[in-house]
Amino acid sequence: METLEQIKSRIEAAVADVKLEIIPNDSPSAQRSLLVDREHGLAVAKFLRDDAALHLDYCSNATGVDWPAAELTEKFKVKKVVDGVEKEVEEVKKTLRPAYLEAVYHLYSMEKKHGPVIIRLRTENRADKNHLPSLTPVWRSCDLQEREIFDLFGIVFDGHPDLRRILMWDGFKDFPMRKDYVAPDDYEYEPTPHDEVLARAKAHQATEVKS
Amino acid sequence: MDEGLKSELQKQGVFTTTLEEVYNWGRKNSVWPLQFGLACCAIEMIATSMARYDLARFGAEVFRPSPRQADLMIVAGTVTKKMAPQVVRLYNQMPEPKYVIAMGACAISGGPFKQGYNVLKGIDRYIPVDVHIPGCPPRPEALLHAFMTLQQKISDQELTGVNRPRHLNAELPSEFPVPAFGEHDLEPPNNPAVWQAPALTRA
Repeated sequence: METLEQIKSRIEAAVADVKLEIIPNDSPSAQRSLLVDREHGLAVAKFLRDDAALHLDYCSNATGVDWPAAELTEKFKVKKVVDGVEKEVEEVKKTLRPAYLEAVYHLYSMEKKHGPVIIRLRTENRADKNHLPSLTPVWRSCDLQEREIFDLFGIVFDGHPDLRRILMWDGFKDFPMRKDYVAPDDYEYEPTPHDEVLARAKAHQATEVKS
Repeated sequence: MDEGLKSELQKQGVFTTTLEEVYNWGRKNSVWPLQFGLACCAIEMIATSMARYDLARFGAEVFRPSPRQADLMIVAGTVTKKMAPQVVRLYNQMPEPKYVIAMGACAISGGPFKQGYNVLKGIDRYIPVDVHIPGCPPRPEALLHAFMTLQQKISDQELTGVNRPRHLNAELPSEFPVPAFGEHDLEPPNNPAVWQAPALTRA
C-alpha cells in the first residue's frame, strides 16, 4: 500500500480545496492517521473507497474521542548567549488546545487486502457545533457505530439514515463517554470503595456505623 | 405435630402429615422457571438444565416461555438500566406464588460494571430476591445449591399466621412499580419499599 504521504498528496490532487493533516502517533504502534476537514469528509471518503489503487471498501471500526480544552506544555532546549557564554536553556511553550469531539474511522480493503488507513474528523466544538458528515452512505458498516458515537459522545452525523440512540434510551440527556460526564449519585451502598468511588461514597457514609 | 410421635407412628405403619407439608412439598418439587437470560450467566443456567447437571432432578426442567406459567424468575446476567423495567414488568406478570433467584455478580450488585453508567446495581433494588448467588458466572452446582435453598425456603413457609407468605396475604403487594426512563437515570433509582442501603460497619 502507498504511504500516508502519498495518499495525502493524491487526495489533495483529486479533491479541490481539501485540508489534510497527518497526525503523528508516538506510541509503539506508530499508527499515523489523516485528519480531514469536515466540509470535504464525504468527498474524501468517496475517493478512498472508489480509487482504483486504494479501494478501501470496508470500514472496520468507527469510534469517538472526546478532547476537552487543555493547556499543553512543551519543553524544548534553546541555545542562548547568557553573560557572553553560550548555554542551553530550557524553555516552556504553552499552547491552548480548543475543545472538540473527534470521530475516527479505520478503513481496510477486502479486495486488495491492505489497510488500515485511519481518518479522523473533528467537530468545531463540544457544545453546539457538534456536527460531522456521516460516512454511512459510503460504508454501510458505519451505521450502528455512528449511532453509538452519537449516543455516547453526542456527535451529530448529518446524512445518517437513522440517527437515534442505540445503547441508552431515547429520553436520556447525557453523553456517558464524554470526559465531563458525571454518573448519577447512587453510591449509597459501596462495601469496598476506593479512589473516585470512595470520594463519592463518603457523602453517604454519615449513616454508617464505625466500630 | 411432634416429630418424635410422628416417627413412632411411622414405625407402626401409620403415616401422618399436615396439609401445609403436602402443599409445600408439591410446590417445591415443581418450580417452573421463566425462560429468559440476560448475559453469560444464562449459559450456565442452560448448562444446569441440560443432562450433565440435570435440573430435572428437582422438578424444574420445564422452562416456561411465558411469565403467566412460571413460578420462578432466574435473573441470570447483567441487568442494564435499559432492560431493568422489562425485568420488573415480567416479574409483575408472573402469578403468585413467585420467587426470584438473582444469579451472578451482576444481578446481585452490578458486578464488574457497578461503577458504569448503564448497569443496575442489583435487581434487588426493584424486586424482592429470595436467593442471591455470587460468582462470575456461578457454576451450575452453585445454581443447584441456590435451587435447593429455595426449595428449603418454600417447604419452611407457614400457610397461616402472621408469617404467612406474600401470596396468602392480601395486604402485601404482588406487583412492584416499574421504573421509568428518566433524563439521567432510572426513576426512581430504587424502590425503597423493597431495598434500602444495608448498614455498613467499617473497621
